[in-house]
Amino acid sequence: MALATAYEVHDNLLIIRLEGELDHHEADKLRKEWQWWLKEKRKRHVLLELSGLDFMDSSGLGVVLGRYKEIQANEGMLMISGVSSEVDRLFELSGLKKLLPFAVTEEEALQKFGVMI
Amino acid sequence: MKNRMTLTFDSRSENESLARVTVSGFMAPLDPTMEEMMDVKTVVSEAVTNAIIHGYDSEDGKDIELHCAYENDELVIVISDNGSGIEDVEMAKEPLYTSKPELERSGMGFTIMENFMDHVLVTSSPGNGTRVELRKKMVAKDRVCH
Ligand SMILES: Nc1ncnc2c1ncn2[C@@H]1O[C@H](COP(=O)(O)OP(=O)(O)OP(=O)(O)O)[C@@H](O)[C@H]1O
Ligand SMILES: [Mg+2]
Repeated sequence: MALATAYEVHDNLLIIRLEGELDHHEADKLRKEWQWWLKEKRKRHVLLELSGLDFMDSSGLGVVLGRYKEIQANEGMLMISGVSSEVDRLFELSGLKKLLPFAVTEEEALQKFGVMI
Repeated sequence: MKNRMTLTFDSRSENESLARVTVSGFMAPLDPTMEEMMDVKTVVSEAVTNAIIHGYDSEDGKDIELHCAYENDELVIVISDNGSGIEDVEMAKEPLYTSKPELERSGMGFTIMENFMDHVLVTSSPGNGTRVELRKKMVAKDRVCH
């Protein structure tokens, strides 16, 4: 199963929805698309919605960490929602849980963004 | 209950998902929990990705071997390449250590393998390729449920 990406924009906020499997094979495409939205479209804040993600490994961690640094450098915020228990263990192991905010659902994330942005 | 299989495939990133699907199918008779299945898929993905990126420096057309076996409730997976090998295995296993930060690697692969499996044995030396042996005992379902 491949990775499907969907992008939705609300002013300064980019919502990225991932479905399927995020591994090394799929990571390059996601990285390039995500960077295009940050650099060319100048989106400052990002919500990464993962409730449709069935699989992720360290390649996914690398992409998220890389974009986190870019968003951070631009004084934006990256939030992640809809994380499965398996993916949550990876975020936990990598220390990402301490670096950035998480929300259970997309609704909760958008509410938090409404308050924080 | 006993079974084994060996598959050799090309060092192409498309084969990362092939390796995951193959192992899932192979281990199905062990009746793993969802979590056990995901753990094993994740570590296979880590070791195969390492063989491609590090062992063969992302060059395709090289051999990666995936060997799986189980006896009763213990699953053994061995992933081997004939690539560059690792000079200092202990250092390579350190969390967050990566030799390829420019490729956005985060140095978590071995840490994930060690956390998700019962035993991880890495045999490697420069010029002699790398062999990663991963072992996990499946927990009997009836003991988990009640
Ligand atoms: N098959 C291999 N052949 C040669 N070197 C390897 C191999 N597997 C791992 N290594 C070395 O061990 C280091 C650590 O591997 P590990 O999987 O933990 O991290 P990574 O691959 O660098 O990053 P990540 O897995 O988080 O993407 C690698 O950076 C590489 O130097
Ligand atoms: Mg790795």
